[in-house]
Parts: sequence; C-alpha cells; structure tokens
Amino acid sequence: MDSNNLFLVLGALIFVVGATGVLLRRNALILFMCVEMMLNSVNLSLITLSRMWGNLEGQIFVFVIMAVAAAEVAIGLAILIAHNRHVRNINIETLNLLRN
Amino acid sequence: MISLAWLLLLLPLAGMLINLVLGRVIGRRATAVVASGTVGIAFLLALSMAPAVFGSHDHHGVTVHLWNWIDMGSLHVPMALLVDQLSLVMVLVVTGVGFLIHVYAIGYMEGDERVNRFFLYLNLFILAMLLLVLGDSFLTLFIGWEGVGLASFLLIGFWFDRQDDLYGSFADCGKKAFIVNRIGDVGMILAMALIWSTVGSLEFNEVFHELEAGIAVPTTAVCLLLLLAVAGKSAQFPLYVWLPDAMAGPTPVSALIHAATMVTAGIYLMARTHVFWELSATASTTAAWVGVGTAFVAGTMALVQHDLKKVLAYSTVSQLGYMVLGAATGAFALAIFHLVTHAFFKALLFLSAGSVQHATHELDMRKLGGLDQKMKGTARCFLIGVLALAGIPIFSGFFSKDAILLSAFGKSPLLYAVGLVTALITALYAFRAWWLTFRGTPRDQEIHSHVHESGALMMVPLWILAGLAFVGGALNLPGVLTLEHALEGVLGPHTPPPLQLEISLLAISAVVAITGWWLIRSTYHHAGWIDSVKATMKPLTKAARNRWYLDTLYDDGLVPALHAASQWFANAVDQTLIDGIVNGSARLAMNISRLARRINNGQVPTYAFSLFVGATVLVVVFWLVV
Repeated sequence: MDSNNLFLVLGALIFVVGATGVLLRRNALILFMCVEMMLNSVNLSLITLSRMWGNLEGQIFVFVIMAVAAAEVAIGLAILIAHNRHVRNINIETLNLLRN
Repeated sequence: MISLAWLLLLLPLAGMLINLVLGRVIGRRATAVVASGTVGIAFLLALSMAPAVFGSHDHHGVTVHLWNWIDMGSLHVPMALLVDQLSLVMVLVVTGVGFLIHVYAIGYMEGDERVNRFFLYLNLFILAMLLLVLGDSFLTLFIGWEGVGLASFLLIGFWFDRQDDLYGSFADCGKKAFIVNRIGDVGMILAMALIWSTVGSLEFNEVFHELEAGIAVPTTAVCLLLLLAVAGKSAQFPLYVWLPDAMAGPTPVSALIHAATMVTAGIYLMARTHVFWELSATASTTAAWVGVGTAFVAGTMALVQHDLKKVLAYSTVSQLGYMVLGAATGAFALAIFHLVTHAFFKALLFLSAGSVQHATHELDMRKLGGLDQKMKGTARCFLIGVLALAGIPIFSGFFSKDAILLSAFGKSPLLYAVGLVTALITALYAFRAWWLTFRGTPRDQEIHSHVHESGALMMVPLWILAGLAFVGGALNLPGVLTLEHALEGVLGPHTPPPLQLEISLLAISAVVAITGWWLIRSTYHHAGWIDSVKATMKPLTKAARNRWYLDTLYDDGLVPALHAASQWFANAVDQTLIDGIVNGSARLAMNISRLARRINNGQVPTYAFSLFVGATVLVVVFWLVV
C-alpha cells in the first residue's frame, strides 16, 4: 500500500474516534479534545491530499483551520470555566440553561 | 355671469365658516344675519344669471369646471357645475324660498340657546342642496345628496335633548330619517355603479349623449334602482315612514328641508335622468303607481291626524307622490312645476303652523280652534296655503296638480281616477286642518287667552310666500306654458294635450276641490247626514289612523326579523365561525410548534447526533449520485 493511503486511513480512523467521543462522552473537556482530534484528522487528510496532487492549497488551508481552531478553543474554554463556576460541574447535559 | 356659479356654493360655505369660527364672538343676532344674508346674496346672484340661462336654447347648459376631482385609470370625475334651465329653477327655489325661511327663522328661533348651531346647519344644508342641483355628474350630485341627508339628520334632532308623546325622543327621529335614507342611498350607489360599468362615465351630458346614441344600458334596472333612491329621499312608499317623524325638528326646518327643497331632490333626480325613464316603460309604470299609491295612502293618513304639523307632513308625502306620478308619466316639466308651487304653498303652510306654535306652544288641533279672531294675518296666510293645496281654481296648486292629473290621464285612466280621488282627499284634509285650527270656537281657553300675532320678521316672509302661492300658477298657465317651454332645452319638447280635454279635466278638478270644501263645511256645521257617512267609514278611519299598519309591519315584522338576523350573525357566524377560524389557525400554529420544540431540547449531544446523521446522509447521497 502506498504511504499516502496509509495516512488517509489513519486520518479517517482518528476522525471516527473523535466523532464517537463527541457522541458518547458527557464531560465537556473530553468533548473538546475529541473535537480537536476530528479537526486534526481532517488536517492530516488535507496535507496528504495536497502531497498527492502536488498542490499547496491544502497545506495553506490547514494553517487557516489551526488558527480558527485556536480561537475557538479560547472562547470554548472561557465558556466552560464560566459555566463551571456557575453550576460546579462540566457535564455537557447541564449546558441547557437557556432552555428553561 | 354664469361662470360665477361657484360663488353660489362659496356663499353658504363662507357663511358656515364665519359662524363656525366667529359665531360666539359676533353674537346670536349677527350669526342669523350672516346665514340669511349669504343665502339672500346667492339668490340675487342666481337671479342675475336667469336672463342668460333662460334666453339660450343650448340644451347642454354651461359647464363650469372647477378642478379635476378623481383622475384614476378610466374613471375621470371633474368637480364641475352644470348650469342649465333645470338646475337654475332649482337654485332659485332653494335660495329664494330658503332666504324667506331663514328670515322667518330669525324670529322663530329667538331665545333658543343654540341659535348659532341652528344657522350653521342651515347654511350646511343650503351648500349641500346647491351642490346637489348644480353638480354635473352623478357623483357630485351624490355628495350633495348625502350632504342634505346629514343636514336633515342634524336638524331633525336639533332638540336632541327633548322628547314627547307624539315623537318619542327627538334624537331617535333624526336617526330614523338617516337610517331609512340609507336604504335609498344603496339604490343610488348601485345605479351609479351600473351606469359607470356600462357607459364608462358619470357625467350627465356624456351619459345622456351615449344613451341617445343607442349604447346598450339596462335602463329598467337603472331606473328601478333610481326609484329606490327617490323613494328614500322623496319619501315614497314604502320608505316614506321617516318624513312624518322628521317633524320633530324646528318648524323652519320642516318648511325648508322636509317640504320645499330636500325632499324634492328625488323629483329633480328623475327630471335630470329623464333620458333613462323615457327608455324604460316598465320602470315608468312602476314609478307612476308608486307615486299615485303614495299620494293616496298618505292623503288618507293626513285626514285622521290630530297634530297640525303631522297633517302637513303626510300632505307633503302625498304631494311628492303627485310629482313622482307626473315625472313617471313623462311630464317632467310639470313635476318640476308642481315642485315649485308646492315649495311656495307648503312652506307657507308650515311657516303659518310655526306661527301658531310660536303663539300657542301647541299644535294639537283638538286644543286649538277659533284662532282667526286673534291671529288674522297668520290665518289669512294659512287659508291661502290651504286653497292652493286643495286646488281651488286660480291658486297655484290648482294649475300644477291638474297638469299632472292630465298627464296621468294620457297614460292610463285608472291612474287618473286614483289621482282624482286623492285630490278630493287633499281638499278634505286641507280644509279640515283650516277649520279645526282657525275656525269654530276655541276649545282650550287657557291657550286661547295667551295667543298673540307673530312679529314682523315672521309675518313678512309669510306674506311674500302667500303672494307666491297665490300667483305661482302663472308660471305655467294652460295654453301659455312658460315654464315648460323654458325647460324644453333640458327635458326635451313636450307636446301639449288638446286644450279641450285640458279644460274639461280642469273643470272636473275644480268641482272636486269645491266638493271637498263643502263636505268639510257640512261636517263642522253638524249636518246630520254626514255622521252616517262617517260611521260607514269607521274601519277605514281606524286603518288610516294606524298608518295602514305599515309602521306596525316595520316595527313588529321587519325590525325584529333584522334584529334576529343580526343576532344570528353576531353569535353563530361571528363568534363561532369567524372566531373559530381565527382562533383555530392560532391553535394549529401552536401545536405544530410544540412538535418542533421537542427536537430543540437544549442538549448538546442531541444536536451533535443530528449533525452527524445529517452529514452521513449527505455523504451517502453524494456517493450514490456521483
């Protein structure tokens, strides 16, 4: 098997692990890490495909994703801390204050 | 001079505005002078136009264009005045008789705390009435038509805080007049819609020109709708019920609006639309029978009233019936002729009755009597009015009424017969009112001892009107026909009947009128045989006294039925059906959103799950398609 294909399969595996974590876990921090895994698996796929086609656009796009992910994490963590101070846990199921 | 016609409207409008803004500042007497003065000047202005208008034989008259009123799509209605022989005759009557009644009202209304308002309303009426007769299209006529209705409503209920046994609440009388007139207005609006949809114009000259050119118009439908409008405004069967109650208003109002001018608007409408009537035999015949029927029925009711003004009110309904009969038998000029003479003698009768009321504060004839000793002037004026109304030869009513009967004879002898019987009844009730009020011995000494003659402000208009009621017939003497020739331009040529026939019918009418006088004279000189005649007439008297049960039919049949229908619509239709639809749609939206809310439960995992499911579905779809 070509090394490119190996990288793609690895990316897919990491994505599935991340997605499963997002769906099944209840701890918000774990959820965050799973989301990061999904993002980085996509990054890996983009870099691999960029190499396959000899096209740099994929690699440039990865930088954009990393920048956006960093910003997102900063905001997300801030929300989590505020939430934790308010209800004393970070269970995802308590994150429905707007509904009631 | 004719181009100044807009001044005719501006004058009463100015009077109205001055009294509205400055009424309290300038005082009661001044408001009365302003209101009367503007009408008087308008009369002089109309008089100065007369030579030019009656001198020309142009049958389109002169149109004075003021401004474009409605200009949208294919509907163009200019605000314009049509000055021709017909409208000028009406203007002269409205402003001339109107001025006299205004002057009379200064004396009559003296001391009333709302004099300012009274003259304000009178000016409003004159303004609307002039617009009605001067408007050059159905729509401008209709503004005036509604305007006089409003003025009538305001003036009938002028003493809205009063009530008595005869009328009930005065405010209710005004309301009744307004509501009954609405029924007629529906006919007017529908007729206009029908004319516009078939002819495409509402201007008189254009419509009549198209009609004469042979454009297909449902003339019978238009005429029957117009007849409904006429029945409302001119108090014809079955809508006449408002006019007797309209007598709750001050007497000058009864004279001006409910005898001389406004109620004749329907007759003017018929004359103005004569082209339509000439094209529809069915509608003309219907109108003729409505007219003569109204004349007869109202005449019988006038015969049994105890209140002097009520007698005159039913008499007005009856005389309007004659005018409708005249117009419906094709004698439009004669209907206008009777309109003019009737304006003279009926205004005279009402104002004389007002003079009696001013002196006695009583109009129940059972409490009056013997007034001719103390009120010689009023008595003589009233007598002249009675003679004109009864159709005694050489008085004005004799010529105008018999001209109409003659025209009816040409159409159908049966119409003539009913008209002739009504003429007898007219003479009977006219002389009865005279005898009960002014002759015999006073029946209530308490009232009689306080009686005094009215002042000059009231008596001078009376004498002028008495003169007009006496010589008014000269406007259209048989064989000379001044008025008919003057109106020929507008109303078309009219072939006079053979003079021989005319003279024999005139003789019959004269005999009938004098018979009426003799019968009443016998009654009040207690001739024995007359009591047996009266005994046989008892059931008829009872029916007439109960107004032929038409009011009963309305009050016990029509009004409760309408009320029940309204109740049904309010409860069953509105509350159940309409509200059901409105509330039901709201409930439906609520239930749907309750379902949708279940998906949005606020749980992040649920959203994440639906996100993944959606993404997976998309991937699978792309897989299958690409």
